[in-house]
Amino acid sequence: MVVDTSATEFETQDLLLNVGPQHPSTHGVFRMVLEIDGELVKDLVPYIGYLHRGAEKLCENNDFRQGIGYMDRTEYLAAHNAELSYVMAVEALAEIEVPERAQWIRMILCELNRISSHFMFLGAFGVDVGVFGTPFIYGWRERERIIDLFEEISGDRMMFAYFRAGGLAWEVPLNFPERVREVLESARQGVKDFDGLLTQNEIFIARTKNVGVITADDAIEMGMSGPTIRASGVPLDLRKTEPYLQYDQISFETITADGGDVFDRYLVRLQEISQSIDLIEQCLERLEDGPIMPEKMPRMLRLPEGEVYIRTEAPRGEYGIYMVSKGGNKPHRLKVRSACLSNLQALKQMCVGQYVADAIIVLGSIDIVLSEVDR
Amino acid sequence: MRGILKSLATTLSTFSRRPVTRLYPEGHRDLPERDRAFPVLLWDKDIDEPFCTGCHACERACPVECMTVTMTDNPNHTTNDGNSKRRKIVDKFYIDYARCMRCNICVEVCNFEAIAMNNTWQGHETSVYDRADLVMDLPQLLVQSKAKQLEEWVPE
Repeated sequence: MVVDTSATEFETQDLLLNVGPQHPSTHGVFRMVLEIDGELVKDLVPYIGYLHRGAEKLCENNDFRQGIGYMDRTEYLAAHNAELSYVMAVEALAEIEVPERAQWIRMILCELNRISSHFMFLGAFGVDVGVFGTPFIYGWRERERIIDLFEEISGDRMMFAYFRAGGLAWEVPLNFPERVREVLESARQGVKDFDGLLTQNEIFIARTKNVGVITADDAIEMGMSGPTIRASGVPLDLRKTEPYLQYDQISFETITADGGDVFDRYLVRLQEISQSIDLIEQCLERLEDGPIMPEKMPRMLRLPEGEVYIRTEAPRGEYGIYMVSKGGNKPHRLKVRSACLSNLQALKQMCVGQYVADAIIVLGSIDIVLSEVDR
Repeated sequence: MRGILKSLATTLSTFSRRPVTRLYPEGHRDLPERDRAFPVLLWDKDIDEPFCTGCHACERACPVECMTVTMTDNPNHTTNDGNSKRRKIVDKFYIDYARCMRCNICVEVCNFEAIAMNNTWQGHETSVYDRADLVMDLPQLLVQSKAKQLEEWVPE
């Protein structure tokens, strides 16, 4: 028997559902309060700040070498990219010229870090969508090989502290190009695996197509960046639009998609892995012997007065460092512009009107790192 | 339906590959020489004393202030009929492993190459029941280098 409740005197009330902060699908300590009507999300209020450690303030009390360690910890899945913005800000203020070899190595490491971060996303996103286990372990397997390489170079697996203002902390091992090619080979196979596992899977497509759509105009208005905005059709890639390091020396195309839905965000990231593999191979061909630090570097770096904003393309979008120096060996003010924080602002817009289960995959598709959101 | 079959074929194809996992507590993988666990002090085997002179360079450079160092006159110095050229030597040295963030800065600033990051598995497996046990004193920091269990890697 079907009961028509739409025209009865029953009073219905919306349910407030608290998700997080300790919840596996919120990718860290993120809390959102959903107002739901049955299975439909009517409103969403995100709460952040559970992982706030005051990294910006800590950097103001540390000199420019000590600050690098804290930058790693703001963006732990792509620490090389976070370090890069920081050291580039210091170099811009101190007007240090970075040797070419150091720049190429930085590019290789940042692109490798992008691959590892995107694999991590693919794995975690697969779990969010409901393909439990398999993609997660696939992603972890590929990431592990890249992290092993990072360990051989810098000594640490996640918190590298390898970049220095002026260049690199120490020289890469002798077998560096061969090892990178080895890792790229396995990453290529990893992309194939994910492509076969998810891209054409009907269940996956039914789950992700036309879910959490955000239009290009809205995405720009929200200040989104990275693969999340490129999936909406905005060709914003800082490596292309504002080339830093040697990105203007190599050829690549900005990857975009038109749909702006969860599936497109997945697809853009999958294609970006292949793109990064291609970029690294171009970098390896250009890599030549040479110094990795400028000849005259002071023991303790002191900056002139000034301020600078440096932004780079991290795996999650624009990672910017705003640094104010009033002279001396410490920054007067340091501000981290986090891509995740801006991308997260669009969560409500993407989720309202969707099902509760879709809110989880929308959150997963933004690929947030909570330590970067809260700093 | 074709997509699902393709997914299943992907998972099936991994059966023919070699395993990537390892039974951890039973077997350890080889660590690269640059591996960075926690910092340890090095022992000068020729003169039988630590390299460290207690100069406070690492203590001042540490971003998380996890070190405490004191300096004393070296009883083994040549003026005291000893065979050491170090006028001063480390007296007490504490590193709080719970605070250390393994950034390698202490190794870089050391003028005497007296400190290095532990690149053995002993440096990684440091679980204890009480956090106070993670504050290492001088004998604990020197024990591995003294027993020649450490081939340290120090960047130039």
